[in-house]
Amino acid sequence: MVRVLYFAGARDRTGTSSEDLDLAGRSVGAALAALAERHPRLRDVLPICRVAVNQSFASSDHVVPDGCELALIPPVAGG
Amino acid sequence: MSVRILAEPLSVERCMRDVLHGGAGAVVIMVGCVRDHTRHDDTHVEVTRLDYEAYDEMAKKVIGAIVHEAAARFPGTTTSVEHRTGTLAVGDLAVVVAASAPHRKDAFRACEHVIDRLKADAPIWKKEHGTDGVIWVGMGP
Repeated sequence: MVRVLYFAGARDRTGTSSEDLDLAGRSVGAALAALAERHPRLRDVLPICRVAVNQSFASSDHVVPDGCELALIPPVAGG
Repeated sequence: MSVRILAEPLSVERCMRDVLHGGAGAVVIMVGCVRDHTRHDDTHVEVTRLDYEAYDEMAKKVIGAIVHEAAARFPGTTTSVEHRTGTLAVGDLAVVVAASAPHRKDAFRACEHVIDRLKADAPIWKKEHGTDGVIWVGMGP
């Protein structure tokens, strides 16, 4: 299982801040495709979102390990 | 060096104390505060408040790495950062970066490096409440 976290505008589009999904073993890119399938309203913003696995930015070919935390990171706006 | 993500008012004084030491000849402090206006495409928009949200654990990690990067790039510098979360009114402090160095130029450089990198990579978001509606900055409604 993978704990998926949604923040800010991503949470608004999914209606939840987190959920546990069976995404282990997939690449980040494949995991994003599964999220787009599950939450159609995410589709238009996924291209501008980054992904963090266990609190580190991860590229699309990174393999998602079992038990990890995968966060969808919409465009950041700190400061 | 310290990094704090806080749901309560920030303290410039506390950040300065973090970086003061005998070898510090200069402290540069950058304060980011909530501005009452912005522009959306060429239109002037009045801003009434901002709601800040952070992925706390990762934000601390990312900003901590940026602070270490600044110390490596500008030897002798020490940096401290506080970032606010929650609902902020116009004039409230959103971020404080304090950097000390033996001499002022490195303190300016370290401070600028940390705030620029924080704005690019720290997982922090703001929802802007303005005269033309509510948007997540950088993303839209």
